[in-house]
Amino acid sequence: MHSICFQATGVPRSNYIFDSCSPALAISKPINLRFCGLRKEAFGFSGLTHSSSGRVRFSSRGHSKKVSASAESNGSPPKSFDYDLIIIGAGVGGHGAALHAVEKGLKTAIIEGDVVGGTCVNRGCVPSKALLAVSGKMRELQSEHHMKALGLQVSAAGYDRQGVADHANNLASKIRSNLTNSMKALGVDILTGVGTIVGPQKVKYGKVGFPDNIVTAKNIIIATGSVPFVPKGIEVDGKTVITSDHALKLESVPDWIAIVGSGYIGLEFSDVYTALGSEVTFIEALDQLMPGFDPEIGKLAQRVLINPRKIDYHTGVFATKITPAKDGKPVIIELIDAKTKEPKDTLEVDAALIATGRAPFTNGLGLENVNVVTQRGFVPVDERMRVIDTNGNLVPHLYCIGDANGKMMLAHAASAQGISVVEQVTGRDHVLNHLSIPAACFTHPEISMVGLTEPQAREKAQKEGFEVGVAKTSFKANTKALAENEGEGLAKLIYRPDNGEILGVHIFGLHAADLIHEASNAIALGTRIQDIKFAVHAHPTLSEVLDELFKSAKVKAAALSHGPVSEPVAV
Amino acid sequence: MANVLQTSFLPSTSSLRRRSISGSKGKSQSLQVKAKIREIFMPALSSTMTEGKIVSWMKSEGDKLSKGESVVVVESDKADMDVESFHEGFLAAIMVEEGGVAPVGSAIALLAETEDEIAEAKAKSQSSSNSTPQVVEEKPKQIEEAAPDVPAAAAAPSVPVAKAVTLGSAVHPASEGGKRIVASPYAKKLAKELKVDLGTVVGSGPLGRIVAKDVEAAAVAVPVAASPAKPDPVAPGIELGTVVPFTTMQGAVSRNMVESLSVPTFRVGYTITTNALDALYKKIKSKGVTMTALLAKATALALVQHPVVNSCCRDGNSFTYNSSINIAVAVAIDGGLITPVLQDADKVDIYTLSRKWKELVDKARAKQLQPHEYNTGTFTLSNLGMFGVDRFDAILPPGTGAIMAVGASQPSVVASMDGRIGMKNQMQVNVTADHRVIYGADLAAFLQTLAKIVEDPKDLTF
Repeated sequence: MHSICFQATGVPRSNYIFDSCSPALAISKPINLRFCGLRKEAFGFSGLTHSSSGRVRFSSRGHSKKVSASAESNGSPPKSFDYDLIIIGAGVGGHGAALHAVEKGLKTAIIEGDVVGGTCVNRGCVPSKALLAVSGKMRELQSEHHMKALGLQVSAAGYDRQGVADHANNLASKIRSNLTNSMKALGVDILTGVGTIVGPQKVKYGKVGFPDNIVTAKNIIIATGSVPFVPKGIEVDGKTVITSDHALKLESVPDWIAIVGSGYIGLEFSDVYTALGSEVTFIEALDQLMPGFDPEIGKLAQRVLINPRKIDYHTGVFATKITPAKDGKPVIIELIDAKTKEPKDTLEVDAALIATGRAPFTNGLGLENVNVVTQRGFVPVDERMRVIDTNGNLVPHLYCIGDANGKMMLAHAASAQGISVVEQVTGRDHVLNHLSIPAACFTHPEISMVGLTEPQAREKAQKEGFEVGVAKTSFKANTKALAENEGEGLAKLIYRPDNGEILGVHIFGLHAADLIHEASNAIALGTRIQDIKFAVHAHPTLSEVLDELFKSAKVKAAALSHGPVSEPVAV
Repeated sequence: MANVLQTSFLPSTSSLRRRSISGSKGKSQSLQVKAKIREIFMPALSSTMTEGKIVSWMKSEGDKLSKGESVVVVESDKADMDVESFHEGFLAAIMVEEGGVAPVGSAIALLAETEDEIAEAKAKSQSSSNSTPQVVEEKPKQIEEAAPDVPAAAAAPSVPVAKAVTLGSAVHPASEGGKRIVASPYAKKLAKELKVDLGTVVGSGPLGRIVAKDVEAAAVAVPVAASPAKPDPVAPGIELGTVVPFTTMQGAVSRNMVESLSVPTFRVGYTITTNALDALYKKIKSKGVTMTALLAKATALALVQHPVVNSCCRDGNSFTYNSSINIAVAVAIDGGLITPVLQDADKVDIYTLSRKWKELVDKARAKQLQPHEYNTGTFTLSNLGMFGVDRFDAILPPGTGAIMAVGASQPSVVASMDGRIGMKNQMQVNVTADHRVIYGADLAAFLQTLAKIVEDPKDLTF
């Protein structure tokens, strides 16, 4: 049983980059700054536009008898429960929570109004990885220089758009059925319909046109995720002005596409589109591209991922108006200066991809029934993911994980938060250390990171009065990277020389997304540099880049006399 | 003068009219006596034209114009054309100087009805020269206003109205802002690398956008500062066993050649007796006439009678009948190939054509050809006769309808109709054509005409 669960969860837990451009993170917590893709402007939205989803707004529907009957008993929680745990939303977060709940012996149900898998599996990291796999191969085959250096001869590489699109779609279906099967096999009840909280420990669910069902549970986890955020003034038609939802279907490969936002989503799509022959124009509100990344990594990434490719960019500008192509006219994008708000430029392109981040999908959840008001759509929670009501009190037995709470909009963060909640409801207190959650951007080569960026670390150091050390190693010195003829890359370690604590690790280079886990595990477990530097790495492997990184760090002698660090530090 | 386009003077825009009325407010003029200052617009000389370059003004400010008189020569994406006036009046103000580029539909000059209004028009040209977008914006309005008038008012306005509609459809949305350059990201990058001024590049992408290949094509002609003239281009500095990447020009050729595979071509050959042509050549050689010019001239005269052979297929759905006959002639230059274009070869006399040819070849060698001097060909000639090649076939350059491969003229033993055997100079020509627009019978008829012209070349010298 356990092995099945393992196999099934392995894939969906792979990085969920698509939620990483959270607009909310920037202000809530400085540590999250690096995930914040874009603009402060994004915070201004009030009514969220839901581009796609199975969720309907319940407020607009007539309440059924059953609901009003149940509403009478809202004040008092039920005495016996249908389930130990109900999770609203079967994305990667809900799935992770459900699996862990079953392991802990909880009777668990999961409510899904759309398709199992959520954004990540259906409209996010999973299909995008399929496209990126194709783009990586195309890029390699098209690089005559690279091929020649390896002594290979390849005649002109080409692709079939529909074939590529099918690959992405097939991958999504496969992972979706894996996810569904793994939950079914473990005995998780999958309840189909849109979940709404009607009172403490009580949820109703149902499809449009069918009677609602009411279920009760000792604990409820909200895991409804997010949808692409589209700033006002931008008209999305799904054909020439698109969001990631549409782009992943790859219905067309435009000659020239403007990508609004140069965060993870934008960067990954620029990789896909340029490999397939498009030319790309980035539109970035901040003064530099890739604002969420460590500056040094960002600079190198720009030198490798932007400058040599068929990409140009406009920084420090907002796209105030984007009109889809029609009547023989191209897509028209009006740009204004981000600071002076004066009209700056007008672009005419074949298509525009809106990658300005993601907005929480929490409308119609019935939060008013438990006296909770969302903040810019996000469900307010404490560090244990417990939902906070309007009076600042905790709502008992109600938790919120993933994009819906906006703490860290990554699939695997949602899953980790879900597991943390299950730990708590099964009697073991647990606080998730968000600084140990890695993030990755699957460009070619990849970018990955965990912990603080250098500026964030220096700021913290100044406040708390400690010294910051920085160590760097290059992929150019790594045997395996050179064997692959992919020596372009950098790994950067930010640490405390006084005690050997790892503050952050940033990698740009071949398979960076896979390499980061040695660092993220070290942070999660509280392993110090003086200990991890003695760990052995197989030779020749890319992981030696990190080996060398740890070895090049200069930890002060005083720290070395201490024994191995005892307790993992939770933040 | 078949190429003189019947477009040009459009009715003055409502804005101008309004302005002129308000200008004379207080004088209590009757409505009929309002000032008549008309704008001369950049005409759309072809369906693909989005902007035009003023080659030369044939009239100066203050000159009187009569209806139908040519005022300006405009260079479109295909050819230079005279633009003539639809109205009488005085050329009051030139708003786009020679060498300047204006988007289709924007005002390039003002025409005053009387001499007295010249000064007023000049003042307006200053105020409106920086409000080009306004003029363009108002164009649709003008069409709407004018259209209902047609049945009632009839006559004069109807022609310009029809023109206005076609102009409207060809206006590049990007040009609304005036002289903006729309180039794709890679085109911009390349232009920077290759030091090509995007302002001089004619875009061939969607809606006239400049794309990478346009920049590459322009770079071939523009002398790149970084490549000093090689003293001895003939010496083949080829190192055996090496792989040498294409130069930009060779890359462009390679792409064009691959692109040509998407066109269904076929070939028709013909043997032409050249004794008369050779004799003519001998006679006028001293006047600087070259064989290339003679062949181009003969071809152009034959094309006049077979416009379909001068056409091309741009979109797979239609014939594009080119308004001028521009003979491109393939020339081998250091490390590549370029096709300088003899524009309007059917109209220009043989001596001018020969001088023009010499000038083009010199420019090609110096890599100083301007885009319009090598990419405006409507029919291509490729002559390998000087090497003794007796026959070969050519690949059709994309964007054109036909190319003719010309072999050497050689003395041959020929049996004549009257049963005798004689010696005649003969050359073989072989035309490759796009069968979507040019059929076998078209080529056959064209070749027959060409043979007649070559065999009786008196028309070549006028």
